Order: sequence, then structure tokens, then C-alpha cells
Amino acid sequence: MSLEAENPVFLREVRIGFAGRVIQEEMTFAIENGEFIAVLGPNGAGKTTLLKLLLGLVRPEAGEVWVFGRKPRRGNPAIGYAPQFRTLDTNFGVRARDLVGFGLDGHRFGPGFPSRKRRELIDRVIEEVGAAGYAEAPVGELSGGERQKLSLAQVLISNPGLVLLDEPLANLDMAAAREIIGLVGRLRVSRRVAVMLVTHDINPLLPHIDRVLYLANGRSAIGAPQSVITRETLSSLYNHPVDVVEAMGKKFVLGVET
Amino acid sequence: MLKVLFGSQMLAHAFLGGGLVGLVAGIVGYFLVLRAQAFAAEAFTDIGFAGATGAALLGVASLAGMLAFSLLAAAGLGILGDRARGRDVEIGMVLSFALGLGVLFLGLYSRSSATHAMSGINILFGSIMTINSTDILLATACCATALGVLALVHRPLLFASIDPAGAEARGVPMRALSVAFLAIVALTTAVCVLLVGILLSASLLIAPAAAAVNFTNRPARAVALSALMAVAITWLGLVLAFYGAVRPLPAGFYIATLAASTYAVSLVFRKFQGGRI
Ligand SMILES: Nc1ncnc2c1ncn2[C@@H]1O[C@H](COP(=O)(O)OP(=O)(O)OP(=O)(O)O)[C@@H](O)[C@H]1O
Ligand SMILES: [Mg+2]
Repeated sequence: MSLEAENPVFLREVRIGFAGRVIQEEMTFAIENGEFIAVLGPNGAGKTTLLKLLLGLVRPEAGEVWVFGRKPRRGNPAIGYAPQFRTLDTNFGVRARDLVGFGLDGHRFGPGFPSRKRRELIDRVIEEVGAAGYAEAPVGELSGGERQKLSLAQVLISNPGLVLLDEPLANLDMAAAREIIGLVGRLRVSRRVAVMLVTHDINPLLPHIDRVLYLANGRSAIGAPQSVITRETLSSLYNHPVDVVEAMGKKFVLGVET
Repeated sequence: MLKVLFGSQMLAHAFLGGGLVGLVAGIVGYFLVLRAQAFAAEAFTDIGFAGATGAALLGVASLAGMLAFSLLAAAGLGILGDRARGRDVEIGMVLSFALGLGVLFLGLYSRSSATHAMSGINILFGSIMTINSTDILLATACCATALGVLALVHRPLLFASIDPAGAEARGVPMRALSVAFLAIVALTTAVCVLLVGILLSASLLIAPAAAAVNFTNRPARAVALSALMAVAITWLGLVLAFYGAVRPLPAGFYIATLAASTYAVSLVFRKFQGGRI
């Protein structure tokens, strides 16, 4: 096994698709320890499917997939995953801290008893994401931004080496989005975790990320923002003319929806 | 000893059986409410009805018939899919088919003699007053199995019920869990039917649990409270049935009324206290 295969993520010539329909092909890239990657691309480009590939919930049609040097497998404790759609449509029955506790032992079988150590672990991670103010509140009463912090706490409590966040900024206003991004940026340094964060708006992430993975039209490009989010790269990805303009320190992609 | 305490063997059996069923119904009911599967519980009582009447027709124990039918239905529903919530259409089909079968069996059976007609009524309204020690033993075995399995799977079950996408990514076996839970529901409804009959089982399964989650937001407390209220409701219902009215009314009536009232109180409590016990 090559050294690259020990990385949090290593893909070689991967093709993913469903029933003969190709979603992504020729995906080859590696993500290193502690790297912060923004995953961009239009609806249906395969961003969520890529994360599910790493989680072992979707199989590649071709190519090699390595997660910390091993084949993807369901329930991999090395990965923390916050799904795009968390259907928490129970407005009763659970408190914020219960939701975080799921990340610790929610998947375990057997009786399981509450303990001081468990409570302390939950308290600590809730503190870490700054959600201590509503740790005891019923989940149904929390705002979207508060839920995202809890989601992050649930992901972090198992000490993963790779964190996959699927559109954690959707439905958040700019202030809340910045808060989550700042939090992820700090945590990936303090915990040295690799982060893949799916988003439709790259701008608030630009100061924090190492690289961008851009999926579109069945293909992908990875690299520093200034080399991926360019007229040339995106035009060749989309296979039609795309323009990138910069204004007030922000990048705007014209000619496609992201 | 129990005989001394309750004055009669019949009463002792009724309280023992009732307590047992209340306990299990309260605990399993919590997960039913959480998974929005109250309708499935209703369906299982109807399936149990078909099983019980079928068993009576064949001359075997009604519990055996109920278990056979409802475990089969649990497997069937589980194979249909691993979606936790809803499934109203499929369940509705199974429910009406089972009711139809039950009505057919009951018709065939009660036509044959007057005692048979009486046992038919027992199936509909429960037979807590005539419960015997074999029934108790069987019911205990069912309850112990249901609670045992639940103790093993309660954490993944809770996770999968509240946060399915997160649970799946953590490797929780969603479909196996869904089938296991339906099997637990099958066992539970079978013993409930034995006690309060098909018509009132759902009230014992759903009302205390639905009330409990109005009283508290903590899962562990809600389960304990639900079990406590279900046992209290059953026992109080029995006491009222034995001593309360001049003319004895069926225990099922008292139990259903108490269950509904508890739920009503919980609604008021939630409105003013916000579920913080
Ligand atoms: N289980 C599945 N079976 C068949 N097709 C699927 C399946 N899962 C996803 N797809 C298809 O794969 C494509 C990529 O879906 P995916 O959810 O990965 O997109 P996405 O990039 O996350 O989009 P969005 O920005 O809308 O979340 C879509 O066209 C979708 O319909
Ligand atoms: Mg997606």
C-alpha cells in the first residue's frame, strides 16, 4: 500500500453511478490529515453521494477508495458525518444533550447505563461548540444554527479523524454561517481532523479552507480556490463557457448555478 | 400468599397479569409514540384478533394464535422496508384484511355453541377476570422476551427513531432493528389483547406513553413514567371494576377512560409547563 493510501481519503480512478447512470467518474485525489476542504457543485453533482461513498453506504462502480488506508465500511468510527437532511421531526422526547450522546454510544447494543464519565464527555463537547446555553433544551425548540452546533458536537464526540459535513450552512443567515465556519476552522486545528464541508457558497469559507473540490457535469477538479474557481477550470468542467468575477474580495461564478 | 392478599385467586391473577401488561405496554409504547407508529400498534391488535379467533376455531391457545399471526405480520412489514415512520397505506391494508379474517373466524366459531360465543366476547373485550395461571406464565414469558430484546436494542432504536440519517451513517442496522422492534410490538400487543381485548389494547399502549412525553423531555424519565402510569391505570381500572360500581362494569372501560384522562391532563400540563419534569 502506498503512503497516499494512509491518508484520511484517497480515491483513484473512482466512478460512481446508479443503475448505469454515471454521477462522477475519474475521481482521483487524496486528502491529508487536518486538511479543510470545501466541496462545491450544482444540485445533483454527486456531493452527497461522494460522502456516502466514504461512509460505505454507496459502492464505487470502479476504482479504489481508501479511508485511512482501509476500505470504506459502514459505521466507521474514524468518520464523523453530519447528514444534509436530519429529520428530527420529534418536537418532544429528546434534549439537545441526548442528541449529542447519540454520537457517543447511540449505535451500541446492550443495556448501557448513564455514568458520570459519559455525562462529562457530553458536557465537554457541548462546551467546545458553544452550545452549553441550551444543553437541556428540547431539540424541537432550537433554531437552525443551534441545531447545526449540536450536529457538530454529535459528530466530534466520537473523536473522528475525518469529518464530513453535508451543507451545514444551508438555511443559516450570514452571521450564523460565519459562526459555524469559524468553529469548524478552529476545531480542525485544535483536534487536527480533516474536514470535508459541502456548501453552495464558497465566499465565507475562503479565509479558512485549504482546497476546493469542485464537482460538476460528471467530473471533478481539486486544488486551491484561486486555481479551481477560475474561468478556465470551471468552463472545462461544465463544458460550456463560465465566467468568474471577483468583487469586494468575493468570487462570483456566472453562467451556471452552484 | 397472593391469594391471601387479594382474597381470591382470580383477583390475584388479574392484578399480576394486569401489572405485567401495563409495565410492558408502557415501555414499548414509548418507542411506538416516538416512531409515530401508533397506527401499527392498532394494526397489530387487529392481527392478534384474527390470530386469537383462528386459534379458538382450531382449539389451540389464543395467545399462540395471536403470536403466530402478529410475528408473521412483523416480519412482513419489516421486509416491506426499513422506513421507521408512517407506512400508513400498507398497514391499513394489513389491518383491514386481518379484521376481515378475524370476523370470519369469530363468526364460524361463536355459531357453534353458547360458550364459544362467550369466549369470542373475551377476545374482543379481554378476559382479565378469567385469566388463569397458564395465561400468566405465557404472558410473563412474552413480556420477559419483549423487554429483554428491548434492553439490548434500546440505544440504536432510540438513535434510529430520532435521527435516522445519523444512525444509518454510524452503521446502525436500520432494517434489522425495524423488524426486531415490530416483533417486540407483536409480543406486547398479544399480551395486551389477552388482558384488555383488541378494542382497548391500543389505548393502553399509546395513551400512557403519549402522556409521558408531554410530561418530560428526557427519554429515560419518559420511559419510566410511561410504565408507571400504565401499571397504575391498569390496577386502578381493576380496582374500580371490582369494587367501584354497584353494577360491575368491564375493567377495559375503566382502563380506557383512565388512559384517555391521563393523556388529557398531560396536554394541559405541557401547555403550561413545557414538558419539563
Ligand atoms: N440511491 C440512489 N439511487 C439512484 N440515484 C441516486 C441515488 N442517490 C443519489 N442519486 C442521484 O445521484 C445524483 C447525485 O445526487 P447527490 O445527492 O449526491 O447530489 P448533491 O450533489 O448532493 O446535490 P444537492 O446539492 O442537491 O444536495 C442525483 O442525480 C441523484 O438523483
Ligand atoms: Mg447533497
